[in-house]
Amino acid sequence: MLPLPSEEEGAFIFRFPGGEKMDFLTQFFQVIANMSAASLAQHIVNGISLGSLYALIAIGYTMVYGILLMINFAHADIVMMACYFAFFGITVFHIPWYITFVGVIVATAALGVVIERTAYRPLRDAPKNSVLISAIGASFLLENLANYLFSGRPLRFPDIPLLSQTITVGSVQIQAICLVIPVITFISLLVLLHIVNHTKTGMAMRAVSKDYEIARVMGVNIDRVISITFIIGSSLAAIGAFMWGVRYPGITPLLGVMPGLKCFIAAVIGGIGNIKGAVIGGFILGLGEVLIVAFFPQLSGYRDAFAFIVLIIILFYKPTGLLGEKTTEKV
Amino acid sequence: MKIKKLLSVLLASAVVMGALTGCGGDKKDEKKDAGDTIKVGVFLPLTGDNAAGGELELRGIKLANKLHPEVNGKKVQLIVADNKSDKAEAASVAARLIEKDKVCTILGSYGSSLAMAAGNIVKEAKVPAIGTSCTNPQVTANNDYYFRACFIDPFQGTVMANYAYKQGAKKIAIVQEVSNDYSVGLAKFFVEAFQKLTNDKDCIIDVANYQTGDKDFTAVLTNLKAKNPDAVFAPGNFTESALLVKQARQLGIKAPFMGGDTWETQEFIDVGGKDVEGCVLSTAFDREKASTEEAKRFLKAYTDEYKGEPSALSALGYDSYLIAIDAIKRAGTTDSQKIRDAIAATKDLEAVTGKTTLDKNGDAIKAAVIKVVKDGKFKYLDFVDVK
Repeated sequence: MLPLPSEEEGAFIFRFPGGEKMDFLTQFFQVIANMSAASLAQHIVNGISLGSLYALIAIGYTMVYGILLMINFAHADIVMMACYFAFFGITVFHIPWYITFVGVIVATAALGVVIERTAYRPLRDAPKNSVLISAIGASFLLENLANYLFSGRPLRFPDIPLLSQTITVGSVQIQAICLVIPVITFISLLVLLHIVNHTKTGMAMRAVSKDYEIARVMGVNIDRVISITFIIGSSLAAIGAFMWGVRYPGITPLLGVMPGLKCFIAAVIGGIGNIKGAVIGGFILGLGEVLIVAFFPQLSGYRDAFAFIVLIIILFYKPTGLLGEKTTEKV
Repeated sequence: MKIKKLLSVLLASAVVMGALTGCGGDKKDEKKDAGDTIKVGVFLPLTGDNAAGGELELRGIKLANKLHPEVNGKKVQLIVADNKSDKAEAASVAARLIEKDKVCTILGSYGSSLAMAAGNIVKEAKVPAIGTSCTNPQVTANNDYYFRACFIDPFQGTVMANYAYKQGAKKIAIVQEVSNDYSVGLAKFFVEAFQKLTNDKDCIIDVANYQTGDKDFTAVLTNLKAKNPDAVFAPGNFTESALLVKQARQLGIKAPFMGGDTWETQEFIDVGGKDVEGCVLSTAFDREKASTEEAKRFLKAYTDEYKGEPSALSALGYDSYLIAIDAIKRAGTTDSQKIRDAIAATKDLEAVTGKTTLDKNGDAIKAAVIKVVKDGKFKYLDFVDVK
């Protein structure tokens, strides 16, 4: 049910098919006038923590795309598997969470490499579309495997009191994890930029992303570079999954689907292939989703639509995304 | 291609068969009071996917027949028919009960789609049917001959509104899962009932929406917190609801959360942990607390007969039988039309799941059980009579 603009009453009054009237502009000012500083601060904190989570996962999409020019649809499901790894480490085997955290990163990176080896490497010289379909296949395989192994009933992500405790600042309630996520995202970004711009591996990555045929001719070990890309992307997915689990502690086999879609959008908004762009895209999406509900409470049901509208608007004016480079298709 | 053709032939013949049995029901059958028994049809899935539910309801019906074997001085004979959890079979079984067995009323079924499959047949034959646990509003909608012993899903909204009112809540916030019929239905009934009870158009101070599969509810909850409601009504899936309540507590919202029977799963407590403590929900029946005299008799008879705890389904099966014989008694005849009118007039019947009245759609209006999450378990909290 979309609001239809009604002509006789001015541009900002919308009429729903049911006869309900809605004056967006007046209501917007009412909401602003009534919103306390504490509420606004709370909304911003919520938005930043959601945005940095999106950013963390979006980096994984953007990296693989940058190197392979393919969308790794299985990335969201790697996040989901990482949540299950953490569940088994802490809840089932009672390993302390900080050790599990490292273990989950290793296991998830291994999973990422295995997927690359089995689903993507054999198709290295096949058309790009085939790899894309293979990625979708890998995604479904992981979802159904998880469904079969762990059942569709939600499990509870292990509670880590240090991270899940609530800190009260004035009248703003902040979960410790909400402070940790942006810090981790920021550190990851810096480390990644360093690797890409100032190391030999990074140089090889950039070479592969520019033109991998030429890079191969010049002696770059393509398979190694791609494996490293998947290790980095999946490690970030594992970190993201851990944060995600502490923040939203229900684990299901389809947990990755919606966040995966949103993070992919974040990567595209920022300019897919660009790491800084993915982070910016993540923040735009996370903050935007929260603030649209904050300022237009009646639109809370259309929150997901926001992500897609933003995507369309940005692509309309800047088809390569905010920080994306324009490349010409080579023959 | 061949398979496709074969399928279409099969489908066509199924449609023709369905139409034929449908026509069969048209004939007005002569009422023969066959001696001194009253025949009541039982229409349940006893094999197939829904067999477990059907079996539990049959237990309840048989038990009721044992405790109340006679009406108007005549013995009640149950004619049990298996609809095999299959819609096509359900239609022909219902027709057979009416045509061949000449039952004066039908009890069942478990499963809304099975009941709907028989809907037109009972309507055209003008033989009343009383559903046991089919909760879809479509079962009784536009069908004057289908009734039910259970309440429809959205009715729980009315129940919770009564409960909230009884607890003294004045300002309520609603959080609904807009993409879920169940959630929206409960919320709508809640709003209507609560506005009527409080006589206050502005008693609902916030209506927030979310989508199935959402994980982050902080934005709507921050808005909600600023409005400071006395209680929050948030019917929905247990997965989303558990996260919703958890995030509400993290944001410092102290108001109690209320929901529907979908919350009554272990996963709700597993995921929500200590944050869902104190959440209240409505459900049809509680085996630990008997609300009526009839319920006490039922509980005792059930444990004697079957050993173990009765389920809500058995209670509803029992109640459908009670509604039928109560109507037959008041009608004083086995004429289906008169029984139908008597069923429609059912009022304050002492049944196992509470005093039952049928509304104009033929849906039960009755008391419901309120449960609360306490120490990681669902505990009986209260009993709400809906006027």
